[in-house]
Amino acid sequence: MQIDYWILTFSAITVIVTVWMGFRSAKTSKSASDFFVAGRSVSVGWNASAISGEYLSAASFMGVAGMVMSSGYDALWYPVCYACGYLFLLLFIAGPLRRFGAYTIPDFAEGRFDSPVFRKIAVCFVLFIGFFYTMPQMKGAGTTLAYIFPGLPYWVGVAVVGAVITLNVALGGMKGITLVQAVQYWIKMFAISVPVFVLLSVYGGYGKNLSLNKSAADATPPPALVQTVEYGENPAQRLVMPEKAPKDEAWIAPFGPLTTKAAKAAGLNAEQTKPYSLLYTFSLIVALVCGTAGLPHILVRFYTNPDGVAAKKTTMWVMILIGVFYVFPPVFGVLGRNFLPELYSGIGSKGPDKVVLELPTLIRQKYGILGSILSGITCAGAFAAFMSTFSGLLVSMTGALAHDVYGRMLRPKSTPEQRMRMFKYCAVLVGGVAVLLGSLVEPLEINFMVGQAFAIAASSYFPLLFMSVWWRGMTMTGAAVGMLSGGVLALAAAALTNVSTLAVDPGPMGKLFSRFAGMNDFWKAHPLLRILAEQPAIWAVPLAIILMIVVSKATRKTIPADIRMKMLVLHAPEKLGLKQEYIQEHSGPAH
Amino acid sequence: MSDTPPPTDSQHIHSEEFLHDLMRRQLRLSISCAAAFLVVLIGLPLANYFAPEFMAQRVGGFTLTWLVLGVLFFPFVWIIARIFISRSIALEESEVKTAADRNLESKI
Repeated sequence: MQIDYWILTFSAITVIVTVWMGFRSAKTSKSASDFFVAGRSVSVGWNASAISGEYLSAASFMGVAGMVMSSGYDALWYPVCYACGYLFLLLFIAGPLRRFGAYTIPDFAEGRFDSPVFRKIAVCFVLFIGFFYTMPQMKGAGTTLAYIFPGLPYWVGVAVVGAVITLNVALGGMKGITLVQAVQYWIKMFAISVPVFVLLSVYGGYGKNLSLNKSAADATPPPALVQTVEYGENPAQRLVMPEKAPKDEAWIAPFGPLTTKAAKAAGLNAEQTKPYSLLYTFSLIVALVCGTAGLPHILVRFYTNPDGVAAKKTTMWVMILIGVFYVFPPVFGVLGRNFLPELYSGIGSKGPDKVVLELPTLIRQKYGILGSILSGITCAGAFAAFMSTFSGLLVSMTGALAHDVYGRMLRPKSTPEQRMRMFKYCAVLVGGVAVLLGSLVEPLEINFMVGQAFAIAASSYFPLLFMSVWWRGMTMTGAAVGMLSGGVLALAAAALTNVSTLAVDPGPMGKLFSRFAGMNDFWKAHPLLRILAEQPAIWAVPLAIILMIVVSKATRKTIPADIRMKMLVLHAPEKLGLKQEYIQEHSGPAH
Repeated sequence: MSDTPPPTDSQHIHSEEFLHDLMRRQLRLSISCAAAFLVVLIGLPLANYFAPEFMAQRVGGFTLTWLVLGVLFFPFVWIIARIFISRSIALEESEVKTAADRNLESKI
């Protein structure tokens, strides 16, 4: 296969425009506080686009489609919960955190418990979750580059994209500027929706393509491999499914390949696997909904609104913008199953994760160049997706490392120049580690990895934020013990399942992780443990909350003395001006 | 409401009663909205589990459960968000008003 220059051109334009806009905006807003102040004058529409732009990562753009294609119905929980988790954020956390005026989770941790120690703990945790979340972005980058340049090894793509973005961040471009993120949203929205409309007009509607997959409840007998299904007046066809593709009945119905894998491996029959499947589904839902409500890089933008009413309106628009977006990726998955089934046989970056990129090229035979152009557009969208999320993560992780770890912990007396220089070194360090981790994970699905990052956030940040906002009895020790136990245990469980999956990979990763292969026998014998390790949220979230309550009760004496005032600032309407009063009390002379 | 002066010097808003009442009202609103959302979120897997035939029936090519999860879930959540936002704005306005009234009373 040759390089398609249309695809290359569109991708290159996206990269250049993003880098250029980043530098241009960076010139006008030099410091982090400039960014926040400038953001406050931004209208609801732009701000909502910016939040959505930052939120929609490679997992949303490529991963959801790939996973719907490979696993069917069960994968739909991902886009739905990515979008609906926002509701939980709105209901329980966004308002109070905004009133409190804490920009990041470390800020909140320090302010709520008057504890610089807790701040340090929270900072370290930001880095942990951040790295977990960069891995799927890197997989997206490697997959896209391997698609644009056929024959290019996966890790080269990861290294090139990682280096470009790291350099960009280190040189001061791309500071998470509102305008850049907002434009990125519209690029992604355009890139995911326009090809869908064109493809559907060629291949028939969403429902019609879904109807080509027989469900167990359908009266008609199971279809032949090459089939023509009558639906209304237009017959629709699909291609031969390779052996590796999941069967129709399992693919279209709930409790399919994704949620039954562990129980199937243990040799249980269909009836026996169903309860395990239900458990898996619920744990996944808890992880995604609570994880969204605890994702640190999302929370920051709630402060870029002029007031609480505008913040709430912005959230409403964010939910609409991301909700509309998430209707489209599953359509790619459905069409991919019918018309690109050969992807089922591909592994790593040649597998279903690239369905969004490749599907539009199908109409080349009929419409020639249009297929290449549409494929170029989806590639551009993919670039927008992993570039915006990766650079956002890189900025916040580098900031945590340079300002908190270096500036506050290691060298509190460092000059601003030293810190600026340190920011650059840290960016290179974080970018390097992210590239290294990213090149290891080719065999893992993008969406699956993001789901695990969400599970870790759900079992650490969500209990911290939720309990600190609504329960005044929380102490610093309780919060720290709960957050760390939940988060670290979830992280360990997720990592265990990943290394055992990598161990059986036929590629180079299988050799690297081969010592963990024995674990798969253990998982086979204990499917329940495998599910609880793969999707830890269902036990880790309650565990964190219970630990917070028990330890806080035991350390009741250390509840901050001005807790009533803190609670008032968190909950009283901003018009009452309690925040200013609180700040005056803290900065003024001691009473 | 913007013409109401911020009653910062009020004793009332610093009272235990005010805070307790405020948090209780906010939490009640949030929990009732969350409950509406959770009923559907938890109910759908249960419906899939206990009534698979019903959920697998075809609606315009989709299976019923695919249509609900892949398409209809989003507008449902928008409605809840919309209701929550308008009610919570109204709640804040009424809190500010109550605080202002009490402030006036305490001055008299």
